[in-house]
Amino acid sequence: MTLAEMQFALPDLRLASAEIFLLAMACLIMIVDLFVRDKNRTLTFALTQLTLAVSAVVTVMVSSGQVAYTFSNMYVGDLMGDLLKLMLDVVMIVVLFYSRAYVLDRPQLAKGEFYTLTLFATLGMMVMISANHFLTIYIGIELLSLSLYGMVALNRDSVQATEAAMKYFVLGALASGLLLYGMSMIYGATGSLEITTVAERLFSGQADMIVLLFGVVFLVAGIAFKLGVVPFHMWIPDVYHGAPTAVTLIIASAPKLAAFAIVMRMLVGGLLVASNDWQNMLLILSVLSMAVGNFAAIAQTNLKRMLAYSAISHMGFMLLGLVVGVVGGDARFAINAYSSSMFYVMTYVITSAGTFGMILLLSRAGFESEEISDLAGLNKRSPWFAAVMMMMMFSMAGIPFFVGFFAKFSVLQAVVAAGYLWLAIAAVFFSLVGAYYYLRVVKVMYFDVPVDDAPIVATLDVKVLMSFNGLAVAALGLFPQMLMSICAFVLLRSL
Amino acid sequence: MLTLSHYLILSAILFAIGVVGIFLNRKNLIVLLMSIELILLAVNTNFIAFSHYLDDLAGQVFVFFILTVAAAESAIGLAILVVLFRNLKTIHVDDLDSLKG
Repeated sequence: MTLAEMQFALPDLRLASAEIFLLAMACLIMIVDLFVRDKNRTLTFALTQLTLAVSAVVTVMVSSGQVAYTFSNMYVGDLMGDLLKLMLDVVMIVVLFYSRAYVLDRPQLAKGEFYTLTLFATLGMMVMISANHFLTIYIGIELLSLSLYGMVALNRDSVQATEAAMKYFVLGALASGLLLYGMSMIYGATGSLEITTVAERLFSGQADMIVLLFGVVFLVAGIAFKLGVVPFHMWIPDVYHGAPTAVTLIIASAPKLAAFAIVMRMLVGGLLVASNDWQNMLLILSVLSMAVGNFAAIAQTNLKRMLAYSAISHMGFMLLGLVVGVVGGDARFAINAYSSSMFYVMTYVITSAGTFGMILLLSRAGFESEEISDLAGLNKRSPWFAAVMMMMMFSMAGIPFFVGFFAKFSVLQAVVAAGYLWLAIAAVFFSLVGAYYYLRVVKVMYFDVPVDDAPIVATLDVKVLMSFNGLAVAALGLFPQMLMSICAFVLLRSL
Repeated sequence: MLTLSHYLILSAILFAIGVVGIFLNRKNLIVLLMSIELILLAVNTNFIAFSHYLDDLAGQVFVFFILTVAAAESAIGLAILVVLFRNLKTIHVDDLDSLKG
């Protein structure tokens, strides 16, 4: 083939305009930050927030409601991706507002890198969400992970932070290796790296099933590492604990959305024919995560570490919805099951952002409010923030009429509809175990004597956002139907 | 005559050495970085072998991306290693024990 014979179709850039804008702005902000003299980086912060907001608006504007492919089918634009990206941008904006005061108090963090790396991580997540090719998924994951490794180590004089970064780096790289090995096997079995083509070749039976299954095992292991489910969870507690809380907040919120998206793209979109096999693997991962996460969390005294184990158990619960999508070759309940998982992960991200945001709010210069005992008597110091934190804890525990309850309820409904009664009972049992440590936090806030009587200082924007976050958890609990039907609708239009 | 399975077995062995290197190594963090590199090279071997036997270029293009990202990854890994060494004065794997619970 000579150069003249090669045909280049101009890709439809419109579909990816939110990502292109984000990339351009991230590069621009990186340069602008070089000339910022201000120690507080107010300009960098404002530009970052503006970029995220515009990117959210652009995502909504270019959303057509149709499934469309571009960049030689490497990239897909659909409603599921648009909804997740919108949510991602909004969560990142909220997260940056929460961490603003914390970052300003710590000179190591208050650098332009914090904002540019956040933007690159966001870009990586958006690429993951819209990927339709194994290469795109890999690039997205690495862009996210490499940014996060750097952010964890941003506080470079802290032994804990650098150790957490090293552990995160080694296990994250191992996860990428497993994922890539799985991808190479699937490539060998189907002859394609494009997810839609992989699915077509599998449906028409042109694939070597043994090689494929070998690949699926490694792919699921790689995904499990990224999601942080047992037995691939070792990094989660150490990284949540060791990283600066502002970075923990980022790791604990938005990346869960992207991880959910790649599970949907690769396993449901690409490998649905092998659903029986990956569902069984996810089933084991899910039950183990709920057991280990909930029991290990009881023993924790550090709030960040407790929430890390709670994250493991929540991701296990979320996987339940993916386990029951296809029952005996029958995909009738698939949309219902997958949308319950999507609802679960979205509401978990809202709650998790609020909880870590509260730790940031209670921290101040020279004081990390990260032990559970640091919350003692919060009700006497600030009744409203104690109430907000209580709503978050109740929601995570799954107490009725908070959003966490409906998230758990809809997943359990899908599990029961698929005929896995024992699984639903096990899930409820582990949730009851989990309720203990969430309620312990509430008890400490309301009935223990405060040891720390410094006034709580927070800027107005954080107070307002935190109140909104708490009210969102309560309001979504009272009216869960709207978000739930949105999830079902976007999945119906995307799969 | 070398067949596809020779390459696959070679890459499986490399991959296994890499994974075992990460989990059994209790000595030096640099060995961990080398193991990670070995895993990625095993994957590359796999991709190239499949790409050749399937007569499809996509696999080889993927390898270029893996090589590039692996370089960036090593750079970040070594940077973290340097800050860790400045704080701990050691790169012994067993000494990474300040986070427990």
